Amino acid sequence: MSDPTPRSQELRIPSLARVEGETALHLRIHHGTVIEARLKIYEPPRFFEAFLRGRAHTEPPDLTSRICGICPVAYQMSACRAVEDACGVVVDGQLAALRRLLYCGEWIESQTLHIHMLHAPDFLGEDDVIGLSRSHPEHVKRGLRLKQTGNAVVELLGGRAIHPVNVRLGGFHRAPTRAELRPLEERLRTALDDAWDTVRWVAGFEFPDAECEADLLALAEEDTYAIESGVPTVLRYGGTLPPHSFPLRDFTDHVAEEQVSHSTALHSRLDGRRHLTGSLARWAVSGHLLSPLALQAAREAGLGAPPSRADGGRGEVCRNPYRSILVRAVEVLYAVEEALRIIAEYERPARPYVEVPARAGTGHGATEAPRGLLYHRYVFDGGGRVTEACIVPPTAQNQGAIEEDLRRLVQAGLDRGEGSEAELSRLCERAVRNHDPCISCSAHFLELDIERTH
Amino acid sequence: MSTPAPPQPPARPRLGVFKFASCDGCQLTLLDCEDELLGIAAELEIAHFLEASSEPVPGPYDLVLVEGSVSTPEHVERIRRIRADARHLVTIGACATAGGVQALRNYADVDGYLATVYARPEYIETLATSTPISAHVPVDFELRGCPIDRGQLVEVITAFLAGRKPAIPNHSVCFSCKRRGNVCVTVAHGTPCLGPVTHAGCGALCPTYGRGCYGCFGPAGTTNLPALVPLMQRDGMSEEDIGRYLHTFNVTAFTAVEEQGQPGTTEAEGPG
Ligand code: SF4
Ligand code: SF4
Repeated sequence: MSDPTPRSQELRIPSLARVEGETALHLRIHHGTVIEARLKIYEPPRFFEAFLRGRAHTEPPDLTSRICGICPVAYQMSACRAVEDACGVVVDGQLAALRRLLYCGEWIESQTLHIHMLHAPDFLGEDDVIGLSRSHPEHVKRGLRLKQTGNAVVELLGGRAIHPVNVRLGGFHRAPTRAELRPLEERLRTALDDAWDTVRWVAGFEFPDAECEADLLALAEEDTYAIESGVPTVLRYGGTLPPHSFPLRDFTDHVAEEQVSHSTALHSRLDGRRHLTGSLARWAVSGHLLSPLALQAAREAGLGAPPSRADGGRGEVCRNPYRSILVRAVEVLYAVEEALRIIAEYERPARPYVEVPARAGTGHGATEAPRGLLYHRYVFDGGGRVTEACIVPPTAQNQGAIEEDLRRLVQAGLDRGEGSEAELSRLCERAVRNHDPCISCSAHFLELDIERTH
Repeated sequence: MSTPAPPQPPARPRLGVFKFASCDGCQLTLLDCEDELLGIAAELEIAHFLEASSEPVPGPYDLVLVEGSVSTPEHVERIRRIRADARHLVTIGACATAGGVQALRNYADVDGYLATVYARPEYIETLATSTPISAHVPVDFELRGCPIDRGQLVEVITAFLAGRKPAIPNHSVCFSCKRRGNVCVTVAHGTPCLGPVTHAGCGALCPTYGRGCYGCFGPAGTTNLPALVPLMQRDGMSEEDIGRYLHTFNVTAFTAVEEQGQPGTTEAEGPG
């Protein structure tokens, strides 16, 4: 867009709060038209992919967990899967079930954190969870209780909720006894009620109309809602079901990272198109594999029935980012149920892990972090040392879709006559929080920077 | 304080939480204090905590918790401003007290790192080092851990409110193992463990789970690293393995011990 005599105006509104990481937003508005919305992620670079080089094959799980304190289990699980893939080891049976249990714990606590502390205040006109705890104390207490239960699962299996210590290649350093898991059962049963109540609560929120024009990418499995493994599966925007899959080893052929001048986070595109990962994508791709209870909750919450191959894809794909809070709440309910099921079926394995001997090769691993698909790839030399590491976090993938969302939203705001920086800032912050970006993946301020030309 | 405050109802001390290069894990530990969170919010005015609140209140703050290390030119400026606004400044976690895992760059060629991660390194502003907060401004207390321990964080906040020094012991993980009744993983199973030289705080988590300590709390107050090395070698680690073990989450602090036989981070004072 060229403007011979641009009269530009710059507005800076500090701080996008309640997101994970440091971000600024730059808006270019020309004659009342939004030319560009750019998320400027100024998280300082931390160089994980570089210093993984030369490390032993046993190290990526602990090391990469430090990329993000919000979803350390996701990093540990994707790393384990990638290394095990390179070493030709498959972890199954009760060890795989324990991993899913650990991951359910992270889903419960992380999604609950987002719902209650970061997202719900927007719908109820509160600045933060402290304000919410004054106006809606029972809901905040319930949220804290739920989150605590998620943490309890991660703590029991992992030793602590942030950067668990018990995870290792091939499984765990120590597998719990059945008796040790039992106290979790009682808490999880309370959590099941709390999760139901959370779905009902958020279902009563008011949702603005919005549609995210992006392809949806999530892992899918044959017979279960994908969490700790699966095949990358895409539902194209405007495309029809069934969604199509591609092998995980081809991941970076499809999801290509590109660096942009305005951000330290790399941007990814899926086959050259914008895409979104996370709750909305998971619901679209494998919602039909949720439990009957979770599906019932989803129906009551107004999400309808998810699309499935069986009904020729007539189900409902949810593309409204505001409503992602509903899907998250349903996912929490599902994770609680899954945790209960796994505990009920648990038999302590004879050994807490299977050996993962080092060998030369390349391995790929992807799991469903609460915020979306998290991919790792490692190349090892004959001594089992990392020679190359590649990590594609969900936020890098979602960034393009978030920007497009922001562009449309600000345009709609301008068209309604809401042009003040305060109004635009509020709109944008809400929109960004809908997507729950975890910017630590590469730090917490959204600085809105509006450049207007007339 | 030159001008006395006009008489008014006693204000709650104001808390500010600030982030530098980090994973958010240490400040998340504050949100993980579910049982204490609403109590803390009643005792302290949460004036600046972007992870939790969207209405940051400008300083000054009575208590500032700083997470993360100094790793960009902008950080150097920002930590000075925050210090000027902080009556009492506590660093939380290995990043803020020792430069964190990102301090691995201090021992590498950062231009090479940039080229590894970014196709267009010229767009990236970074320092060649990741340094602890104490390298730039005076710090009142340093809380160890990657991440910090919830119980220790509550103790630091409680101590601040009571105006006393936090009761954070300076001994090694070994003491915690004894207290917990753990069988020593090194003696019983020949599992290499950094527990003897690592600062207590986690409650000896790893040994409790049958794993050797990998040093995430950094070096203990008094350590005898040279005595531990042969033991770890006996248990199958090469010198290089031990090097990588020490050079991870608290790389600068353990490196200082290797070089001078002393923990590299300062023992900061409590309030008062
Ligand atoms: S010390 Fe560890 S847990 Fe804390 S912010 Fe740094 S990397 Fe995260
Ligand atoms: S590595 Fe050491 S200090 Fe860290 S949790 Fe394990 S035992 Fe504790």
